Amino acid sequence: MSDTPVPSSPSAGQDRGPRRDGRSGPGGPGGGREGGRKFFRRKKQCKFCVEKIDAINYKDVRLLSGFVAERGKIVPRRLTGVCTPHQRRLSAAIKQARNIALLPFAARY
Amino acid sequence: MQRRYEVMFIVRPDLQEEELDKLSSTLEGHATNAGATVKSIERMGKRRLAYTVRKFADGFYILLTVEADGKAIHEIERRLRVSEPVIKFISVRIDEEEKRLDKIKQIRATKVKRSASEPAPAEPAPAPAATA
Repeated sequence: MSDTPVPSSPSAGQDRGPRRDGRSGPGGPGGGREGGRKFFRRKKQCKFCVEKIDAINYKDVRLLSGFVAERGKIVPRRLTGVCTPHQRRLSAAIKQARNIALLPFAARY
Repeated sequence: MQRRYEVMFIVRPDLQEEELDKLSSTLEGHATNAGATVKSIERMGKRRLAYTVRKFADGFYILLTVEADGKAIHEIERRLRVSEPVIKFISVRIDEEEKRLDKIKQIRATKVKRSASEPAPAEPAPAPAATA
């Protein structure tokens, strides 16, 4: 009885569950609705808009590698918070980088 | 129609330094013969490849910036394809991207000017009083 937690905390723990896989995104977790939430999620913002990065170049491996998952997949917008125009450029750059062996098509298991 | 291209290619890692020099100079010659003007040729050094290419785990990256038309690029690509030490290449057109970046830079510059000129009108106002 004494160890029963605050009633809202188990539900908050469940909410955290499905979002945990948004790992490498710079925006981190976000997009939560408000209203009695334990965790306030900051609205994700496009990294390229905020930091005013104009050029998304295929040679910039360090930048691009932040937007590919462990296995080499492109991380979707909904996890990283990148805006549509920038995601389009980003995905094109990642694909070019893959072609010249700067990024993997599929990482080794 | 002369356009700006970037040709990046990977050379096999077991090549000697002088062979690398020779390769890049011959390629430069071929490019100029094909009607392209070589802007720069840059060694990006030895790098680990993200996946094995022709059983090589790493390679020398070389970046070639040229001003050329489609035919010349085609010729350069053909040369790269037949040259044995080159294991991978990619050619990317960069003039449009440069144009876009210049435009953004210009827009940003005008915005900065406008914000800088906002306090500026305050300055000329006292100036006539001083002269008068």
